[in-house]
Amino acid sequence: MEVVSTIFPYTAWNVPYIHSAFENSAATISGVEAAYKAFKKKGKIKKKLNFIAFGGDGGTYDIGFQSLSGAMERGHDILYVCYDNEVYMNTGIQRSSATPMGAHTTTSPAGRVIPGKTQFRKDLTEIMTAHDIPYVAQAAPSHWLDLTRKVEKALSIKGPTFINILSPCPLGWRYPPSQTIEISKLAVESRFWPLYEVENGKHKLTYKPKKEVSMEDWMKLQGRFRHLFTGKNKNVIKDCQKQVDRKWEKLWTLQS
Amino acid sequence: MPIKALTGNEAMAEAMRQINPDVVAAYPITPATEVVQLFAQFVADGKVDTEFVAVESEHSALSACIGAAAAGGRVMTSTASQGLALMHEMLYIASGLRLPMVICEVNRSMSAPINIHCDHSDTMGSRESGWIQIFSEDSQEAYDSVIQAIRISEQAFLPCMVSLDGFIISHCMQGINELTDTEVQEFIGEHKTPYSLLMDGHPFTIGALDLQDYFFEHKRAQIEAMENVLPIIKSVGKEFSKRTKRGYGFFEEYMLGDADICLIALGSCAGTAKVAIQELRDKGIKAGLLKLRVMRPFPYKEIVSALFNIKAIAVLDRSTSMSTMGGPVFIELRSALYDNPVHPLMVNYIYGLGGRDIFPRDIVEVGQKLENIKRTGKIEKMIDYIGVRE
Repeated sequence: MEVVSTIFPYTAWNVPYIHSAFENSAATISGVEAAYKAFKKKGKIKKKLNFIAFGGDGGTYDIGFQSLSGAMERGHDILYVCYDNEVYMNTGIQRSSATPMGAHTTTSPAGRVIPGKTQFRKDLTEIMTAHDIPYVAQAAPSHWLDLTRKVEKALSIKGPTFINILSPCPLGWRYPPSQTIEISKLAVESRFWPLYEVENGKHKLTYKPKKEVSMEDWMKLQGRFRHLFTGKNKNVIKDCQKQVDRKWEKLWTLQS
Repeated sequence: MPIKALTGNEAMAEAMRQINPDVVAAYPITPATEVVQLFAQFVADGKVDTEFVAVESEHSALSACIGAAAAGGRVMTSTASQGLALMHEMLYIASGLRLPMVICEVNRSMSAPINIHCDHSDTMGSRESGWIQIFSEDSQEAYDSVIQAIRISEQAFLPCMVSLDGFIISHCMQGINELTDTEVQEFIGEHKTPYSLLMDGHPFTIGALDLQDYFFEHKRAQIEAMENVLPIIKSVGKEFSKRTKRGYGFFEEYMLGDADICLIALGSCAGTAKVAIQELRDKGIKAGLLKLRVMRPFPYKEIVSALFNIKAIAVLDRSTSMSTMGGPVFIELRSALYDNPVHPLMVNYIYGLGGRDIFPRDIVEVGQKLENIKRTGKIEKMIDYIGVRE
């Protein structure tokens, strides 16, 4: 994020902003929030301030996972937002633990014997839920009103909150940029990326998919899955569908 | 001034209590664990106002310290060995962002092989990370240096680590002349910073991407800041000695005035060396000791001038460098002497790795060998090891 928003001597931020390293935004903001608490206790600051940390799926699911887990467990009054584009795009299309099964990336390339990524994605939203923090949510840019409402809610809640936002990536997912919102919509409709929130441990779907969209419908629009539509690789699509169905059923039970 | 019997760790924790920082983010590691747990108890007992962040790793400890310092807080932590190594990435970021803070560092060897005892590999391994580095001979020095480090760091806008030797000092009890809480507060004053994240009405960006057009200037400014540290250490030390009668410079000269051979040591070994120097003097050998206190920045001009009349030097290094050219102090000192019109003979002794004890008799032997080198002008082994089975 610092790469696009803060090229010295310019900054796009009209609020205080710090970047320290790649994998430690949660730990860094822990320190900022701790200093704020210290100043508040001493009466040096009176204002209520919001603390928001951003990370991509690489900095959140993978290299920053420990730092995030620690900060959540310690109960800092912060909102952590993950922009999940399912791939390391800072370095350019390398697999992350958020990359879906079958996707071609430069470190899980589709080849003659291996059909892209061979593992399912990590369910970070549920891992955050397991931290028993007051608010966890999953959102997508196609449903922007739902997204903004979740951010508002998270900021109104005291304690650590986490929002995982699907962030379709034209370059990494291989589709024309004009289709970004459509791809996001279909990710939600296909139940691959359910929109839900977990408030004080209670799951609630914030949007119920209206259409029958299969994983195949969603995947065929994206070049990263192209190799799955030939020969025996088609089984991977079936596996992906099974996994999505299984996760959806579980979520459905949790919310009802 | 009260006198208390404290271990090295207790002395550093006590200094931290008296400093009463805004934020301490720390993670325990042998042999520095006590510092963290004693401080946690101070917080639990309401003896400090500090926000204590019990992080999940040293990497996060220093990351949180960076966040807190950028927010304008007075910040401290403590670590050792692998912990300092895990902080390594963040050490550079703390100094590069010019954030004052203090680490109470307990010297311990680096794995592998795994070992929990003292040598200086950890601290020396971070000597190019942009931190001011102060070594302590004993707990008193560590206590005094931690208090001074707050002032030095905040004045220089550079982070500072104060180290003492693991177990040898960290777990060894000593009578400590303490300042009162009020005296410490008066000495360190209030932490002021020209900019911070939490400054009202000033939305600062800290940690911007610095490309080919600005990075070099910022690094140059950081080097300049390090060049300006020595006068700060001097003036802070002077002010400290006015209150305590305990003077601190960049190094201590022990029987160096009329010496013609000199031993150089840092950390707890300096105490042992003082005993050995006495014995060498009894044998008619004019030996002296230069105990290095400030490793970063390296006070090369001052050291060179202090060694003006010295004919032969033995540097005792408690760590080595894999350049195979000797230990870090040896290498730097040799380089510092390059421009000197007279070049004393120099040898290097690596000792004490992984906590191997060093005795006065070992250092007496070094002195005798050095005397021989001075007389004959011949060096048989430039780099040698004390007490190792070859």
